[in-house]
Parts: sequence; structure tokens; C-alpha cells
Amino acid sequence: MADSHLPTKLTLEVVTPDGLLMRDEVDSVQAPGSEGSFGVLPGHIPMLATLGAGEIIYRQGSEVGHIACMFGFCEVLPDRVHILAEGGERAEEIDVARAEKAKARAAERMKMVKDEEGFKEAQADYVKAIARLSAASHTKGA
Amino acid sequence: MPALIDIRRRIRSVKNTQQITKALKMVSAAKLRRAQESMFAARPYARTMAQVLKDVAARTEGEENHPLFRPASKEGKALLIVVTADKGLCGAFNSSLLRVAQRYLADTEREVLIDAVGRKGRDFLKRRATIRKEYIGAFQSLKYSTAQEIAQSAIKSFLDREVEEVFLLFNEFKSIIQQRIVIERLLPLQALEERKSVQDYVYEPGPKEIFEKLLPKIVETTVWQALLESQAAEHGARMAAMDAATRNATQTIDSLTLYMNKVRQAAITKEIIEVVSGSAA
Repeated sequence: MADSHLPTKLTLEVVTPDGLLMRDEVDSVQAPGSEGSFGVLPGHIPMLATLGAGEIIYRQGSEVGHIACMFGFCEVLPDRVHILAEGGERAEEIDVARAEKAKARAAERMKMVKDEEGFKEAQADYVKAIARLSAASHTKGA
Repeated sequence: MPALIDIRRRIRSVKNTQQITKALKMVSAAKLRRAQESMFAARPYARTMAQVLKDVAARTEGEENHPLFRPASKEGKALLIVVTADKGLCGAFNSSLLRVAQRYLADTEREVLIDAVGRKGRDFLKRRATIRKEYIGAFQSLKYSTAQEIAQSAIKSFLDREVEEVFLLFNEFKSIIQQRIVIERLLPLQALEERKSVQDYVYEPGPKEIFEKLLPKIVETTVWQALLESQAAEHGARMAAMDAATRNATQTIDSLTLYMNKVRQAAITKEIIEVVSGSAA
């Protein structure tokens, strides 16, 4: 049967310029594409996508993990998912208080700045903070 | 025979020098550790990026149409990005790299423009080639934005057809005491000659938008990795050089001390002889 050639697992690799965030076997991945979030199961056709700010959700058996991800690229192959994020943090390592502050600061700046460039920067910071908060909200104790 | 006091003075001066080299070595060791950490942290990203580029080049039709894949024509200039340190006191770190740069200048038939990263390279190449741009003091606190600036400027120059090729020359960190001089082609990006007959990608958004973002990013990452490697290599080289200098100073102090003792002994003997011969008279 043709199905027997399909891989049953995905190797998910998340890297940022500051280091490797994770490399592991997973059952499925959901990533924040710039055109909208998309899900990947083993055997996906090859795909290249740009990422926005958001959270990467992966499933390993019954465990679900979250990683905040800030822009970048995603390469999907039938048995592998490479995520090259410009920034990112594992949900367990996110400092919620700091992210809240960053969000408030960015919101303030979005109101204050007049020029387009500055607004875009503030907006990027704002969505980054939101991405961190939403990823962190899934961990226990948050 | 030199006066005792002169020898003592020399010993003191060598001791002072030794203290400085020792301190410099310690500083380099601390900086090396930090540089090494950030370099190792960045490696997986660069490796994955290179992997993605390879996959992309093997799969896509029409990426040659992207201007960054434009093959170099025979005429036109080349751009060489030379990464050296801002400071010396690091053994042959700068000089051997610059020797390679000079050989490249001699062997290349095209006219070569230079982007100098680091003061040492700028000073050396100023008189020997045309400096297009210089980035001095980048290593004081290395930032990704510097790599971005270097890459963007090289890309722009390539796209404007100011240059046909871009090469990157830097010291790669091999181990603490070893560097490897690497010359790497940055642009044009290499399209694979043998195309694997595999499925093309699905792009989200379209291929044009993705390449527009991805390809410059690949160039940036390559430059960034080179800067990190060079920084770690520099501190390693300086640490080794300062360690050797400290050891030399110890040796010099030992031989000077021995000499000083001999001179002192000779002076004492002479005095005794004088006293004895004085009382005998």
C-alpha cells in the first residue's frame, strides 16, 4: 500500500539566531503563517511559508507544547518541519510580567509615534508581546 | 659591567609588561567564552538556513530568475568583504588573513573592491586596493544589525551591477588556538546544477514574496555567522598570543635575575678584595 511509504512522525526543528529552541519527533505541528495559521501532519507536501508572530503548537502523543514565534520562515517536508524564527521562546520560559509590560509599552508607542516607520516597529513589538502572552497562557500556573 | 640598579630597573619593567599581558590574557579568556557561546548558539540557525537554501535550490524551477542567482559575467568588478580585528596583539590573526587577501588581489583578474570590517584590514588595504565601505568598531559590541547592514549593502551593490561577485574572507573558529582562513562566495547564490526531480514547493504567500524575504536573509545569516566566528577566533588568538608573551616575560625575568645575582656577587667579591688588600698594606 502506498500509505506505508508515508512517514508517521515529523521532526520539528525550531531555531532562532540565539539558538536551537527544540528538535524533536512530534505527531503534528501548527504554525502561525503570515497568511494564517496552518497545520502540518506527517506526509505533508513540501511547502515554504513565511511566518507572522504567533504561537507554534505541537503535539507529541497526548502532550501539547507551545512556543512563541516572532516572524521567520517555515519549510515543510513530508517528514520534517524546519522553523527559522527571528525570535522565539518556549512557553515555559516566558516571563509573563515582562511580556505584559512590553505589550503596554508598545501600545503606548503606537499611539505616540507619528511616522509610518515607527508605527510599524511599535506594531511589530505589540504582536510579539501578544504572541508571547498567548503561548504562555497555556502553561500551568499562568 | 652594568650597574645593579639598571638591571633591577629592567626586571621591574619586564614585570610590569608581564602583568599587562597576563591581564590581557584573562580579559580575552572571558570575552572568548562569551563569544564562543553566542557563536555556538547561532550555528544551528545558520546550518538550517543553509539546508533550506539547498532544498530550495534543488526543488524550485525558476529561482534562477531571482536576481540574487544571477550568474557572474566575465567582466565587471568583484567585492571582497574582509573581516579582521580592530585591534592587534593577537599573533598572526590579522596578518595571515591579510596575506590571503593580498594574494586574492594579485590573482584576480577583475578589479576588486573591498569592504573592510575591522580597523586592521582597513589600514592595511587602504594603500593596496579600493575600499568601498568600512565598518570600524563593530566588534566592540557585535550586533545583528551590523551584519544586516553589511549584507544589505553588498546585495545592493550586486543588484545595481556595481559588482558581479561578492566574496567573504574571514577567520573561522576551529579551536581556541586554531583559526582557519576561509574565503566564501556570498553572491551570486549557487543554484544547484543537478536538479533533483522532486515535487516543487507549495508557497504561502507566492514564491516571489518568499524569495524576496528569504534570500537576503540567507546572505545576512552567512555574514552574521562569519562575524561571530571571527570574533571568537580573534579572542582565541589573542589569548594564545598573550599567554606566549607572559611565558616569555617569565623567562626573561629569570635570566635577568640570574645575571643580576652574578653582578652582585662580583661586586661583593671585589669589595672584599679591596678591604683585605687595604688592611694588608
